[in-house]
Amino acid sequence: MAGDGGDEIGKKVVFVTVGTTSFDSLIKAIDSDEVREDLLKKGYTHLIIQMGRGLYVPSKFSGENGTLNVDYFTFSPSIATYLRSASLVISHAGSGSIFETLRLGKPLIVVVNEDLMDNHQSELAEELADKKYLFCARPPTLHHVIRTMELGSLLPYQPGDATPVAQLMYKFFGFPIN
Amino acid sequence: MEGWYIDPGYFNFHLFTMSIFVFVLLRFSYIYYWTGRPFGQSSTRCSLKTLIVLGSGGHTAEMLNLLVVLDMDKFGPRIYVAAETDNMSLEKAGVFENKLMADREKNYSKNSEHPKFMKIYRSREVGQSYVTSIGTTLIAAAHALWIIFKVQPQVVICNGPGTCFPLCLCAYFLKFVGLRWCSIFYVESIARVRRLSLSGLLVYKLHLADQFFVQWPQLYKEYPSAKYVGRLM
Repeated sequence: MAGDGGDEIGKKVVFVTVGTTSFDSLIKAIDSDEVREDLLKKGYTHLIIQMGRGLYVPSKFSGENGTLNVDYFTFSPSIATYLRSASLVISHAGSGSIFETLRLGKPLIVVVNEDLMDNHQSELAEELADKKYLFCARPPTLHHVIRTMELGSLLPYQPGDATPVAQLMYKFFGFPIN
Repeated sequence: MEGWYIDPGYFNFHLFTMSIFVFVLLRFSYIYYWTGRPFGQSSTRCSLKTLIVLGSGGHTAEMLNLLVVLDMDKFGPRIYVAAETDNMSLEKAGVFENKLMADREKNYSKNSEHPKFMKIYRSREVGQSYVTSIGTTLIAAAHALWIIFKVQPQVVICNGPGTCFPLCLCAYFLKFVGLRWCSIFYVESIARVRRLSLSGLLVYKLHLADQFFVQWPQLYKEYPSAKYVGRLM
């Protein structure tokens, strides 16, 4: 997978995004010494957290002495830039974030929010995990997924295509199909 | 012949209500029959006025992915509708339209009408109580009716945000009263793998859409009159 984008040589960023909502249990699960240690062991150098409207504020680290550099922010208009610079993305289960990340060819862990009512979001994440396009976790299992994930086992994502819909619509109206 | 006497007023009243009932029934059967039936080879016709319903984040991204492959000379003028509380979606649609306009000028092709952008009240915000949502649903329905009768679209394209059901229902009603024949296309969101969304289920069960698309084979198995089109994303 083309997951090794990064501006500086040797800089490997993990980007966490919760979208427009809040997802404190994800941020809490990320904000632990064990998780930071495991990310470091896997060769990541930076952890950037987009925490949205969440109330839980994670700890910051400057990343000196070979530790993980951790930073956070609430919202940004340039999520795409963060995604592009990341070597690993950990995202909430919104379809917008999921497909934006997959289309960039970045390794992705989707964390399903168990607190949401009528949780249809897990359907998509689980289906795509079955097809090996991403890893699916829940806040309590996130650490385990990070520790045991093999990025090599992921398959490259083939972006979908809306032309079948367009053609059926043309056929319906009797438009010529080019 | 006295036994045969019926008060003419009584008779007329019943005849009147009966004929209205029969008319509504016939009209409904006619609409039901023709919904979903293709137009045939007749149309190299000009452009179709199209209402595009946008939802939040994921929904809008999917919709724009469909719009980039659709021939926009055939579907125009275009009117975009998004929820009152959603600022991002109309902005994204605006970016898409501007790009389209720029390409058009480059190709010196005919300039079509400018797109319009509208907002609609949502029937229920996330987390709103069910009691207060009865009132807001009524307001949202009235708003949807007003938008549909103002726009009178020939095509409605939607992909499952909550705002699309009242709009589909009103577009069907527009057809029913004979103001405009309106074809409804519903694409169920890619986020729905095994179960339809509430909007999707209502549109499917009430036979509102002319074509109902699903993106996963699991859904197609469950809802066989849908059309399976694979992933849009």
